[in-house]
Amino acid sequence: MSVDAATTRRIAHLARIAVKDSEVAHLQGEINAMLAFVEQLQEVNVEGVEPMTSVTPMAMKKRADVVTDGEIADAVLSNAPATEDHFFLVPKVVE
Amino acid sequence: MTDLTSLTLAEARDGLAKKSFKAIELTDAHLAAVEQARSLNAFVLETPEQARAMAQDADARIAKGEGGPLNGIPLGIKDLFATKGVRTTACSKILGNFVPPYESTVTAQLWRDGAVMLGKLNNDEFAMGSSNETSCFGPVANPWRRNGSETKLVPGGSSGGSVAAVSAGLCLGATATDTGGSIRQPAAFTGIVGLKPTYGRCSRWGIVAFASSLDQAGPVAKTVRDTAILMRSMAGHDPKDTTSADIAVPDYEKAIGQSVKGMKIGIPKEYRLEGMPAEIEKLWQQGADWLKAAGAELVDISLPHTKYALPAYYIVAPAEASSNLARYDGVRYGLRVPGRAIGDMYENTRAEGFGPEVRRRIMIGTYVLSAGYYDAYYLRAQKVRTLIKKDFEDCFAQGVQAILTPATPSAAFGIGEKGQADPVEMYLNDIFTVTVNMAGLPGIAVPAGSDAQGLPLGLQLIGRPFEEETLFSLGEIMEQSAGRFTPPVKWW
Repeated sequence: MSVDAATTRRIAHLARIAVKDSEVAHLQGEINAMLAFVEQLQEVNVEGVEPMTSVTPMAMKKRADVVTDGEIADAVLSNAPATEDHFFLVPKVVE
Repeated sequence: MTDLTSLTLAEARDGLAKKSFKAIELTDAHLAAVEQARSLNAFVLETPEQARAMAQDADARIAKGEGGPLNGIPLGIKDLFATKGVRTTACSKILGNFVPPYESTVTAQLWRDGAVMLGKLNNDEFAMGSSNETSCFGPVANPWRRNGSETKLVPGGSSGGSVAAVSAGLCLGATATDTGGSIRQPAAFTGIVGLKPTYGRCSRWGIVAFASSLDQAGPVAKTVRDTAILMRSMAGHDPKDTTSADIAVPDYEKAIGQSVKGMKIGIPKEYRLEGMPAEIEKLWQQGADWLKAAGAELVDISLPHTKYALPAYYIVAPAEASSNLARYDGVRYGLRVPGRAIGDMYENTRAEGFGPEVRRRIMIGTYVLSAGYYDAYYLRAQKVRTLIKKDFEDCFAQGVQAILTPATPSAAFGIGEKGQADPVEMYLNDIFTVTVNMAGLPGIAVPAGSDAQGLPLGLQLIGRPFEEETLFSLGEIMEQSAGRFTPPVKWW
């Protein structure tokens, strides 16, 4: 399988990465090189094989449903690019 | 007094215990070495004041007859580990000036045991790379150079800063992480020891995530013993990481010197690659001979799905990365590049913040997880992964206790030499190491010889889950036979 320019743009949009028109051909080439490389997996017989979900056999651990942390809004916001009071600021979402 | 930076971690620990020197002297010697080695670009942030304060605390503990197993030992920390109050970037522009208000579990345990932090070490951006060339802080130079040449070589990656710093004597050990070979390949390229522990052995909490089902933290150090000493402090159960194993941490150092008589060591035929340099082949045979001389039994084994590990990895790892890296959107931390609406802000931030390698992997991951392609790529890769793991399990069930392979297909290469035209050329560096991550197993790289140009080469030992001690016992035998590897010229 390989991707065309339109698919490359669609992938970039799905990944929320802006790409310039001049970058599309290069990205398309790189993605296709990778897809060509992984193509050999098609020759493996995977019939009846379970997909791996956990590399070490272990049951999902669950912790007690209690508050263990909190009241640290200043710490949570300490690296934010834009804040007001105790909120993250973003460009307007709804007109 | 001998140069304190030439000591091993174990020698420094014993010297501190005997009061041959003070922790502050040990730290100052290493800080001076760090300052003189800036041309290697191993450190992306030096923390000398913090280091001196930690060393003085260590001396105070010694005076009171206290102190943990790493008391006063100066270490470097890969910039993937969150360090409270100290900038942590994963060497990506997108994290910008991120200062964590928390400490990763692994580093917290190192400080608990008395270690001293010298600073943060360079790595490939988000640990994606095999040469440390994708870092936003620029490449790291390998302290090793080819005989009679001044060409700068890569230290390997992604833990390039960690291994360069240890190899050049800037610290007594360093933290590293390994998703596809990022501890073992660079350790081999710089003539030092690196252990990738069993998945779940070290907590991933507070480590910048790349591919969560493959990522594992581990130590790099000058000797197998030093690696074992660090491992005892780094390992352990952490309730904050649900994949962390609730298994007691042994005193790994005790494994050093244990007999390996009668131990069954597998030699997998699939690792004998077509076109493999004769010197790698020879090194591998030499390693097998050393283990045999120590009483181990060598057996030929087969791991039939080996060749599919790397392509399966390049589906699974980017898929997980595309999901993990979705969090970098310019809202809560790091870089923000403005845009008209919020969607534009996301896209602009991520376009400017991620380097080309990271961008490429996120896009591949996005594609293989997208509707219509999930089954063909991602699901199939996860099935292949099951088969890769089963190959190992079958060998272990037949009594094989460890597997010996080359660590890398070549010695270190020049900066800018590989992967320019085709990214896959660079990815092939991890051909011997990536299977171990896919199967969640422990693996150790131990320096074993040199190539014709005088560069170090390593061998890899792969173990059963949670049997790191076997790797330390076997690794030390190879080390005793091969000797230590230190850069011949301090050119930096």
